[in-house]
Amino acid sequence: MKVSTMAEMMAAGTKPEVLFWVGCAGSFDQRAQKITKAFATILDKAGVVYAILGKEEACTGDPARRAGNEFMFQMMAYQNIQVMNAYEIKKIVTTCPHCFNTLKNEYPALGGNYDVIHHTQFLQELIESGKIKISDSNEWKGKTITYHDSCYLGRANDIYEAPRKVLESLDIELKEMRRCKSKGLCCGAGGAQMFKEEEKGTTRINMDRADEAIETKANFVASACPFCNTMMTDGIKNRDEEVKTEVLDIAEIIAKAIQ
Amino acid sequence: MEFISGIVFSILSVIAFYIFGKKLLTIKRNIHLGRPVELNDQPIARWKNVFLLALGQKKMFRNIPVAVLHLILYVGFIIINTELLEIIIDGIFGTHRFFKPYLGALYPILINSFEVLALLVFVACLFFLSRRNILRIKRFLSNDLTGWPKTDANLILAIEIVLMGLFLLMNAADPSVNFIISSWIKPALSNLDAHQLHTIEQTAWWIHILGIYGFMNYLPYSKHLHIVLAFPNAYYASLEPKGKMHNMVAVQNEVLYAMQPELAPTNAAPPEKFGAKDVMDLSWKNLMDAYSCTECGRCSAACPANSTGKLLSPRKIMMDTRDRLEIVGKNIDANGQFEDDGKSLLNDHITIEELRACTTCNACVEECPVSISPMDIIIELRRSLIMEDSNAPSEWNGMFSNIENNFAPWKFAPDDRDAWTKQS
Repeated sequence: MKVSTMAEMMAAGTKPEVLFWVGCAGSFDQRAQKITKAFATILDKAGVVYAILGKEEACTGDPARRAGNEFMFQMMAYQNIQVMNAYEIKKIVTTCPHCFNTLKNEYPALGGNYDVIHHTQFLQELIESGKIKISDSNEWKGKTITYHDSCYLGRANDIYEAPRKVLESLDIELKEMRRCKSKGLCCGAGGAQMFKEEEKGTTRINMDRADEAIETKANFVASACPFCNTMMTDGIKNRDEEVKTEVLDIAEIIAKAIQ
Repeated sequence: MEFISGIVFSILSVIAFYIFGKKLLTIKRNIHLGRPVELNDQPIARWKNVFLLALGQKKMFRNIPVAVLHLILYVGFIIINTELLEIIIDGIFGTHRFFKPYLGALYPILINSFEVLALLVFVACLFFLSRRNILRIKRFLSNDLTGWPKTDANLILAIEIVLMGLFLLMNAADPSVNFIISSWIKPALSNLDAHQLHTIEQTAWWIHILGIYGFMNYLPYSKHLHIVLAFPNAYYASLEPKGKMHNMVAVQNEVLYAMQPELAPTNAAPPEKFGAKDVMDLSWKNLMDAYSCTECGRCSAACPANSTGKLLSPRKIMMDTRDRLEIVGKNIDANGQFEDDGKSLLNDHITIEELRACTTCNACVEECPVSISPMDIIIELRRSLIMEDSNAPSEWNGMFSNIENNFAPWKFAPDDRDAWTKQS
């Protein structure tokens, strides 16, 4: 697909409405790349003029900072802010709640001030403004979907409604897990846990969460974070359910539902 | 006789308040051993938190039945204690029910409402005692509470039960009054003569007030200190989004000067210690958190690491911080200033394995009814582990070097970052 970079736009003398911050998972992880492509497809269909940083994008530093490595975080932040400020970035949308949190809450103290929104909020805006239209005969209609709250959207930033509103626009049955919203159970990936073995315990966090998702008997688990997606997929796979519950990002669900 | 008892009572009162005040000042000093941090902005939002979280106990209402019982204890405590004013005046001046003639018809209404509350408190305490000791609730069975903390919790409830009992007995044994609840006890005292009744009333009065003084002085050593500190702790609670981590300006500047050496001051001070190894390296708010903790364990019950059997327990993080701070405080009391005792919060109280299990999900912060952030302490200790001790699991070292060399936590070629655009 044709996706412009900021450098290309700059060379052409144009500016995007919004920068799509893809994030490391969205860029490199095979599963998360599908989410990235689904979201880019939606942006195209909605006629949003967007760009990516492409090769100029680098890790926000979130996992390093949460592991305790402030030096590495500051180095990455410095680099990213230099790049974005040079392009005079005003608005950013990202499909990763960790990138979202860092860009929105932590970069301002370092001189990076942008209007940052998560893709579920952006999707809500697109739906409400009519820029994308949900097909009346969309394939999710009548299905049961449970939404797994990402900690970095939910508790970290109090975003509970946008992802739910987007899902509800599909005419589906939204079934909540036992622990949801501000009580939602973590998938186990945050705080740089994604990049190490879990500590010794009686079970894995993602297995516990997968059990809660399976309990709802939903047809699909909707996620809004590439890391949650991986953890939930692994957890459910490990439970070897007869009925395979598929874990999909909200962007993937919407991409298949719009006219 | 009344004159002497007035003197004795006055002296005891002064001693009780003196010891309590002195201990509070010690706690204040201990809290200020923490790093300075400015938390005085946005007073309106802060007062709102005091009203909602401390006075209104908003977080308690995440579990309504327990919240109602706790509210009874809380309202009972505040309202019944207004009666203390009369008790203290009576004690000093040898008067008997000092306010009675002045308040007229209002007096029995007040005492009747105190008595109803006292009964409710009595019942709520009995319920909480049995809930703690008979019902098998995971957060009360946890090893965090083994030993003194479990006794502390039971002792508080037992003392409240005794104090309420004494208050009702004192009223029952007073023939000059007849109140709604204590009148139920009166039949049991009907065989006693006026002198015996007077002795019972006086004894109940003395044990009640001395019990309250004792309880007051027990507070600073107990988890029950939250009844005082919940209020300032709500005021100073973070107003930032919970996902935002505190920025380390020293590190920010180090990186800035490395990138743009022309900005570096010529006489730059050596960088501070990175992260927290001991309580003095934490912020004063972290330390106030530790003293505010009531060890209820809502944090640990919600913690994904704790509930899946990992060693980490946010409640233990808070209890360890308070324990260590008390040790440091006593060290200062004994030596005039802190003498290195070769120990620290990190390693001697909180182990690396505990810290490594945190997913920074903020569930502990969300649950805490008294605005504590255990996660903040975990992160500061992690910073010390990584930046002072270079102590990281090998996978994290790999992740760090990937970020440094490949600009992503995995080992992918940076040039492939936009490869997805070329896939079908």
